[in-house]
Formats: sequence, C-alpha cells, structure tokens
Amino acid sequence: MTTLTVRRVHVPFRVVAPVVVVAWLAAWFANQPLANWAAYDLLGFERGSHLGDAIAFFFLDVPKVLLLLLGIMTVVSFLRSYFPPERMRAALAGRGTVPATLGAAAFGVVTPFCSCSAVPLFIGFVEAGIPLGVTFAFLISSPMVNEVALVLLWGLFGPGIAILYMAAGLTVAVVGGLVLGRLPLEKWIEPWVLAVRAGGGATSLDIRLSVEQRMRDAWTSTKDLVRRVLLYVIIGIGIGALIHGFVPTELVAQIGGRENPFAVPIVVAIAIPLYSNAAGTIPIVEALLGKGMPLGTTLAFMMAIVAISLPEFVILRRVMQLRLIAVFGGVVVAGILAVGFLFNALGI
Amino acid sequence: MKVVEVLGSGCANCRRVEANAREALAIAGVEAEIRHVTDYREIAARGVMSTPGLVIDGKVVSVGRIPSAGDIASWLAE
Repeated sequence: MTTLTVRRVHVPFRVVAPVVVVAWLAAWFANQPLANWAAYDLLGFERGSHLGDAIAFFFLDVPKVLLLLLGIMTVVSFLRSYFPPERMRAALAGRGTVPATLGAAAFGVVTPFCSCSAVPLFIGFVEAGIPLGVTFAFLISSPMVNEVALVLLWGLFGPGIAILYMAAGLTVAVVGGLVLGRLPLEKWIEPWVLAVRAGGGATSLDIRLSVEQRMRDAWTSTKDLVRRVLLYVIIGIGIGALIHGFVPTELVAQIGGRENPFAVPIVVAIAIPLYSNAAGTIPIVEALLGKGMPLGTTLAFMMAIVAISLPEFVILRRVMQLRLIAVFGGVVVAGILAVGFLFNALGI
Repeated sequence: MKVVEVLGSGCANCRRVEANAREALAIAGVEAEIRHVTDYREIAARGVMSTPGLVIDGKVVSVGRIPSAGDIASWLAE
C-alpha cells in the first residue's frame, strides 16, 4: 500500500526514451499475431468467416492506430513546436503571391493548428498584410494535409498513398488559394478585423522553450489528442470491420466504381456533414479500398471529411461574412471533386 | 496585485490554462486577479496568433501551449 503513496520518482529522460521505444516496437510487431490469436483461438471464431474476419480486423486495427498515434504524434508534435504561426507569418509577409501561397500550403503541414485558433491566426495574417488567398491556402492545407492523416495513411497503406494524398492536398490548397486570391473578397471580411492593430511588445517568437518543455508539451498534447479521438477511432474501426467482413466487394465496386460518374460527388456529399477526424476516417477508408473502391473516390471521401469542417466554418463566421465562407467552401469542394475525378480517370 | 489573463475562446485548453494558473497562485503564494479574455479583438490586439495565451501584468508569457502550474508559478515569481 505504501508504494502507492510514495512521491513520483523522476526518471531521467535518457532512461525513459529507449525503454519507451523498445516497448513500442515490441507492441507493434506483436500486434498481428496477437489479434489473430485473440479472434480465432481465444474467442474461437472461424478463420475466413465473415464475423471472424471482422473481429480480427477490429483487434488488429485498434491497437495499431493507437500505437501509431501515440508514438509518431509525440515525435511530430515535438518537431512542430519549432514552427509556430508567427514564424510562418514572418516568412510569408512581403513575398510574391505564388511563393507565398506555396509556402502557406507547405506550412499547413507542419504548423500546429486547431480550428479554435483559426480566428486569431486569420486576424494575425490580415494584420500583417498577407493576401487573403495565401491565408486561405493555409486554412485549406492545415486540416486536410494534417499530420494525423499522413501518419495513419503511411502506417496503414505505406508511403505511396501517403505521399499521393499529401501531393493532392497541397495542390488543392495552392490552386484554391490562388483562385481565391484572384477574387475580390476583402469586402466580405468583417470590418473590425481590418482595423485591428496589435500593440508592439513580445510575441511568441520571443518566448524561449527548453527541449524538455517541448517534449513534455508534445506528450501532453498527444495524450489529449488520443483521448479526444479514441471514440471516433473505435467507431471508425468498427464500421471498417463491418465493411471488411460483411459488405460484398461487388456492391462497393458497383457504387464507388470508376464506371459510375456520380461516385465522387456522392461520397463528397456524404462526407461534408460527417465531421470526423482523420483518425476515425482512415479505418473506413482502409476497408473501402480493400473492397475495391477506386483510389480517386476514396481520396475524395477522406479529404472531404477532414477538410470541410462545419464547426470551423461557424468559428470563421466571426471574422468573415457567410458569402465568403460559402465561396471558400465551394472552392475546396471543387478542388476535392477534381482530385477524385482525376485519379479515377488516370486509373491509379 | 498582479493581473493574470488567459487568452482564448473558452475552449478546453484555455480552461486548463486557467486551472493551472489558479494552482500556480497557490504554489507561488501570490495574490492575483485572473481574467479570462475571450474577445477576439482583445486577443488579436496582444499580437497573439495561437490560443491559449497567458499574459501576466501585460506581458505575454505563453502562447499556443498549456504551461504547467510550475511554469506559471516561476513566471509569477519573476
């Protein structure tokens, strides 16, 4: 009993880190045999049966997704802490439209961002005189090409699809940003935003953080993220498992197939109100791809789920008129549709 | 008396910063008024681009992260 009340011993990072890495690797490689053992031997489901396969898929994917999130997100959040939005703003201000748009889309991948920060970030950009199109390029790329999506795509499908997804997402962000930049949209920004002048003084770039603080932050935010998405992940994997075990391949191929010209618009229309995060979406995507859904349709589905978030639109309403949000959303949807059609037409 | 301001739209992270700030006051044994600034105009006027932010006596000490109570206590002591 007394051991429980002993104060927490501070174990040096040099000891913790290797232990954690080894434990992570052991769990990663034991996952597949353990999942099969649990589904087929422990619970006694028949190999190759619908239910058995669905359950094995569930037991395989839940730990796999959690391991990927916990392990890689900690590393990624740590690295991202070196790219705060203020740094991006300083790098983009005063550049030409095209390099700034490309830069903003690229920063979207690495800069930590949550939709609750969308408004201060938007104001900060407007105040620095960064063109609206450049800001939108960031607002498109940041949720769409986010690190959770890339990590899971890489872990579950390999680097090919992850890179393809990233390239497609960045293209939508850059083209969308350039198109929006050409339109006269400034008049639809709420006037008070244009009037904001930040007082001088310290910004976050003046705040020094130690490596240990950054690591602690990374672990805290990863734990938070996992806690927040856990339910989505389990539901997503559950749906994925049902698709995997029960939905006939012919049905998926028929509805989502390349021959059906409405496949891409249909999945995008389904995806828009489904505001989930990448972690909950990718297991469903995994199962659909396994059932022969073409890549274009699948990518469009996933992009529409993660990139078009109604809660974010509600938040942006504070700084811009509904018309501007509608144009922004319309351009993103058009870009996603184009990606879906293009990949399907190319037959990748 | 010191003034501690938590900048943020009232999201879960901002509330955690506020809770940590309260704990920090107890640790540091400092009397301070804690304000929660949710107005975007005011947040933007401080030059803060990612929430939650923390301001002590008008100085931005933390942005876009959740500082621990210990961190905040050491800033309060400065």
